[in-house]
Amino acid sequence: MTTTHAIEPRMELEQHLHMYRQMAKIRAFEEQVNELYKSAKMPGLAHLYVGQEGVAVGVCEALRRDDFITSTHRGHGHCLAKGATVNRMFAELLGKEPGYCRGKGGSMHIADPETGNLGANAIVGGSAGIATGAALSAKMRGSGQVAVCFFGDGALGQGLLYETMNMASLWTLPVIYVCENNLYGEYTPCGDTVAGDILARPRAFGVHAESVDGQDVQAVHATMRRLVERARRGEGPAFLECKTYRYYGHHVGDVNREYRTREEEREWMTTHDPLLTLAGRLTAQKLADAGVFERIVSDVKAEIDTGVQFALAAPYPELSEVDEDVYA
Amino acid sequence: MSTPETAVRELTYGEAVREAIAEEMRRDERVFLIGEDVAEAGHPFKTLVGLVQEFGTDRIIDTPISEPGYAGIGVGAAMTGMRPIVDVMFGDFITLTMDQMVNQAAKVHYMSGGKLKVPIVFRTTLGATRRSAAQHSQSLQAWVSHVPGLKVALPSTPYEAKGLMKTAIRDEGPVVIFEDKMMYRVKGPVPAEDYTIPFGVADIKRAGTDVTIVATSSMVTVALGAATMLEAIGISAEVIDPRTTAPLDKATLIESAKKTSRAIVVDEGYERYGVTAELASVIAEGAFYFLDAPVKRIGAMDVPVPFSPVLEDLTVPSEKMVFEAAKALCRKA
Repeated sequence: MTTTHAIEPRMELEQHLHMYRQMAKIRAFEEQVNELYKSAKMPGLAHLYVGQEGVAVGVCEALRRDDFITSTHRGHGHCLAKGATVNRMFAELLGKEPGYCRGKGGSMHIADPETGNLGANAIVGGSAGIATGAALSAKMRGSGQVAVCFFGDGALGQGLLYETMNMASLWTLPVIYVCENNLYGEYTPCGDTVAGDILARPRAFGVHAESVDGQDVQAVHATMRRLVERARRGEGPAFLECKTYRYYGHHVGDVNREYRTREEEREWMTTHDPLLTLAGRLTAQKLADAGVFERIVSDVKAEIDTGVQFALAAPYPELSEVDEDVYA
Repeated sequence: MSTPETAVRELTYGEAVREAIAEEMRRDERVFLIGEDVAEAGHPFKTLVGLVQEFGTDRIIDTPISEPGYAGIGVGAAMTGMRPIVDVMFGDFITLTMDQMVNQAAKVHYMSGGKLKVPIVFRTTLGATRRSAAQHSQSLQAWVSHVPGLKVALPSTPYEAKGLMKTAIRDEGPVVIFEDKMMYRVKGPVPAEDYTIPFGVADIKRAGTDVTIVATSSMVTVALGAATMLEAIGISAEVIDPRTTAPLDKATLIESAKKTSRAIVVDEGYERYGVTAELASVIAEGAFYFLDAPVKRIGAMDVPVPFSPVLEDLTVPSEKMVFEAAKALCRKA
């Protein structure tokens, strides 16, 4: 990796700007989702990823297109970071025919096999089996693929996670468990629900475990690249805790957030924001100036505007589709 | 020596299951089996003996005692190009795998708008009277039959055990197959050549004219025994095995009930909200104006399965119970 730094600084800058663009896209997407909710144009609820963009982007930029991810109820960021298009994402959120699941999945179930996305999951921790099974499959098929299981600190309470980590370690599977510790499981601080040291849990199974600042996309990306290469070399599973923060509530309707203070939120948003952090660093290094980031944000805004217009104008599924695809 | 046409071998139910799995594993390298004590141990019921010697531990995979975990791993493998058979030793343990079966495997295809597929077989057991008490004796086929997205097969003979297992393995979606653990040593004819049994096609095990007895899995033998007793008193019973509860061959059940005007439904699951309730309502709705009597349901007694043999035997439908019910329906009491 040091070699890469020395030889290809230009390519590296492009990648960092690309990561900035991806994070900006996720943020703009989610802000638009919130507007759709507030203007009653979106059925149901959504769990916004704003604040956590550095995790999804840092992780997915370290993956191949055919590597697998499993996502969570707070999954829009993962889908976009793995390569989903905003048009079809918005369409799915509105229950429209061109959506990724033809309107049958909605916010919490977006899947896109073409980009290796095996689906978001509305059962907390429910995809630990799927990700580990995808890794077993990759190993059996000799495909060289790696699987990433995204989950939050809330999923640390689910037994499935520990059963699958145990088997992943026993069988040296190419799976990386990415724990997005955003400090709250729904409306409860994780300090009330998680005993002991988080990293001691995977380590008890012999799973390599690390912690990283999830608000620093470069750090997430660099760490993930190491873990992915390790897994691809056949050295087994890893666990990466990303310390992060969700700026909105548990879902779009959780506007009062009585369980935490406005001061805490302000602190994260001003001194630990993943977009500000990356832009500040690249600016200080004189690799980019404010104009670069403004152009990215304005490009992204146009993409989001086009996407939401596409989705609003898109047709709903035919009613005859209701009982299609129950059985393959 | 038999001629090739008449050379129908006899295999035990357990051997039929093993042969189906072995043949499918030879035919399709994506098929593998994962579960507890399945490799060297060959499964506690010895149904898998010899498979690990042929296919190795990469395809006959022993797991820790972690049913939810390896069920989930099976789902993920199925979604990404493999065709796992997930072995759940006792039907009672499917309760541990419910999230993976019901919320994941059953729904992935639909939730993804048809893009993802989950070709997985959950292989498990049903049946009481093994003196195994309340947590190793249940027949929970109703639980999964309730869930859209799952198919449920209930083989009643060695022939069905092989044919339904092969169909299950070749299906593009999740199938739960319940083997009758009391039948593993029962022998029956099983063709040596490759065959499958389509899902959703009932089998008329015995033709009759006076009363229809619809029976599943372990209860097919019970129903056939009752039919023999009924014949002795001049009642002609038709015994129908639906073979799969999902999909269900409603037409065959309804047509038989229309013909005989009387129907009994027998299943070893709990009677309350059970398979018998569903099958009886299908017949009642479809054949109401042809029936001479209400459809009679006979399921397991609605109690946890007791240990003591004298108590356990009371909880399972018997030939005598079916015989008496048929006699009463035919007003021969």
